[in-house]
Amino acid sequence: MSQTTKKPMSRKKKNTLELIAMYSIIGVMFVIILYPLLWTLGLSLNPGRGLFGAEMIPTDWSLVHYEWLFFSENSDYLTWYRNSLIVAIATSAFATMIVCFTAYAFSRYRFKGRKNGLYAFLLLQMFPILMAMVALYILLNTVGLLDTLTGLILIYVGGAIPMNAFLVKGYFDSIPRELDESAKIDGAGHFRIFFQILLPLAKPILAVVALFNFMQPFMDFLLPRIVLRSPENYTLALGLFNFVNDEFSNNFTRFAAGSILIAVPIAAVYLFLQRYLISGLASGATKG
Amino acid sequence: MAADKEKRQQNVLQRPQHNSALAAGLSIIPGLGQVYNKRYIKGTILFILFAAFIIALFDFLATGLQGLVTLGETPREDDSRVFLSNGILSVILLTFALSMYGITIQDAYKDAKRIQLGWKVPTIKEGFKNAWDTSFPYLLVGPGLALLIFVVVFPLLFMFLLAFTNYNLYNAPPANLLEWVGFSNFTDLFMIAEWRATFLNVLSWTLIWTFVATSLQIALAMFLAILTNDPRLKFKKLIRTVFILPWAVPAFVTILIFSAIFNDNFGAINNDIIEPIFGSGIPWLTDPFWTRFALILIQTWLGFPFVYALFTGVLQGISSDWYEAADMDGANRWQKFRNITFPHLMFATAPLLIMQYSFNFNNFNIIYLFNQGGPAIRGQNAGGSDILISWVYSLTFETQQFNMAAAISIILGLLVATFAFFQFRRSRSFKEEGTF
Repeated sequence: MSQTTKKPMSRKKKNTLELIAMYSIIGVMFVIILYPLLWTLGLSLNPGRGLFGAEMIPTDWSLVHYEWLFFSENSDYLTWYRNSLIVAIATSAFATMIVCFTAYAFSRYRFKGRKNGLYAFLLLQMFPILMAMVALYILLNTVGLLDTLTGLILIYVGGAIPMNAFLVKGYFDSIPRELDESAKIDGAGHFRIFFQILLPLAKPILAVVALFNFMQPFMDFLLPRIVLRSPENYTLALGLFNFVNDEFSNNFTRFAAGSILIAVPIAAVYLFLQRYLISGLASGATKG
Repeated sequence: MAADKEKRQQNVLQRPQHNSALAAGLSIIPGLGQVYNKRYIKGTILFILFAAFIIALFDFLATGLQGLVTLGETPREDDSRVFLSNGILSVILLTFALSMYGITIQDAYKDAKRIQLGWKVPTIKEGFKNAWDTSFPYLLVGPGLALLIFVVVFPLLFMFLLAFTNYNLYNAPPANLLEWVGFSNFTDLFMIAEWRATFLNVLSWTLIWTFVATSLQIALAMFLAILTNDPRLKFKKLIRTVFILPWAVPAFVTILIFSAIFNDNFGAINNDIIEPIFGSGIPWLTDPFWTRFALILIQTWLGFPFVYALFTGVLQGISSDWYEAADMDGANRWQKFRNITFPHLMFATAPLLIMQYSFNFNNFNIIYLFNQGGPAIRGQNAGGSDILISWVYSLTFETQQFNMAAAISIILGLLVATFAFFQFRRSRSFKEEGTF
């Protein structure tokens, strides 16, 4: 009897100790995660421009840097935002469209070269387009697409095809073929089956593909760095990098302000849609 | 399908005089074999298409292929790069044309075989319907394929060929002509002491980086996912949201911020943590070891949330029956983890975890944005934290040694391809192909 009364006591104690340990681990993680982010926010509110002397919790906080980004004549921030939006929308639209068609063909038709095509896609998906950056640079230069948004969009769309086509093909494969076969018997043509049966069912994965391709131009740094040369063509990532890079500690607070303005909307979208993004990726990867 | 059925029903030659070998042989002139099979319209269309192709592109192909061999003859007038790209274009077009040619011959042969078995040549209307049906998938794949060839395959081929030329800062078109130099770029890479030392250093760091950074982020994610899955914990939603934050904030922003936080002289880590405790700061950006150390920490910060979210999703899906049964058998926590949780996590997410490794292998952003691959190291031409891909970048854009950059890219590609090969053989999609 004494044993049974003693046991719940020690178990309870162990329980609280464990809970304390868990909460403190989580607390430490919170600090590690939030510190850099809050530090940036604090820095962006500093009136000075340099990293040196800037405080995380500024005593005389101000919004001068935000104002400067939007209203100063020397600031290209809005142009960069516009460029990023153009590239993002174009990439997202074209990539989703082409990926859809390609995935439909690979999922629903048996044609000559299909198997080899799938192998080629798998292989190309492993090779980052970056590997060919030497060639891309020289090629765009000879074709005259260097320093244009068109060149950037073309590369994004082309590079997005192999990986995303696989993702969408995997999803299409999971939609029962009986659906389109019965539609075929009812006399529906190829396009009809595609647009009226498959597309509506594949909406979730298409949303994921569209969103990923929309986000990428906002986040990517290397490709714009290779393709774009003049400041009025910069995308956000590239422009902000040059704030920091040109004169390291001189523009850091401006960079912080610019970063906050881009990080907040993107983080909001990701947090809002994370469930769909992750489940979309997971299903694509395991089914594809 | 119908033809197959007929074959089975009457495995007798209806028209033995119709010669399938002759049909294929006649197809050496495209379309003639089809005409022999009495498919006149198809034959004519094929003939016109091929004739048009040859007439329109013969000159381009001939000069293109020739240019690929010579790479230009008069300096300052001929641009070797244009010769190279026209040459690649010619090869791609020629491959395409040859495979079409092969298909028409095969088509004539097959049709002839079927005619022997008593197959009726379809009427014009049926013919068009069939042509539409068979060509529809190609129509769908067409635009994507074209773009893929020009934006991905073409540059990769171009890069591949550059590795066998002498294209660098001192020998650059259009002022100079390029020449084929065989494998000398590769032998230089392994024979010249400075290149060899650099290459081996960079390669070993790339492998260490990929393995350590990725494994750490997976381990941390697994630990936290299991921790926050505990039913006794409150505020789960808040905790999970915060844990996913590093994934949601654009990486280039956080990397640049970290590079300021780790700054040797006025970064917060040195000023607020290290110096008060240890008396002097750590040279985060000027010492290779500490740069690498910091990079691994930062990548763990950046990379764990995605894996964490994946794991959390899987954990919530594991049926509690498993654990109840384990409790009944008196299993302890470690046994439950080893035999239930871990296998479940791995089984559901293995392909995505492997993708994390290959992502970090080519994770240019963090290396370049944190410290531009630096600090510089005496006696080698890559920075102390350069991985292969960022080394290629600096060779291309900072020192313009295009030939060496291309050669290293090829080695990089071979590494990736080997990895990809093993990945393929395990990939489910190929095992399951054809089951429906």
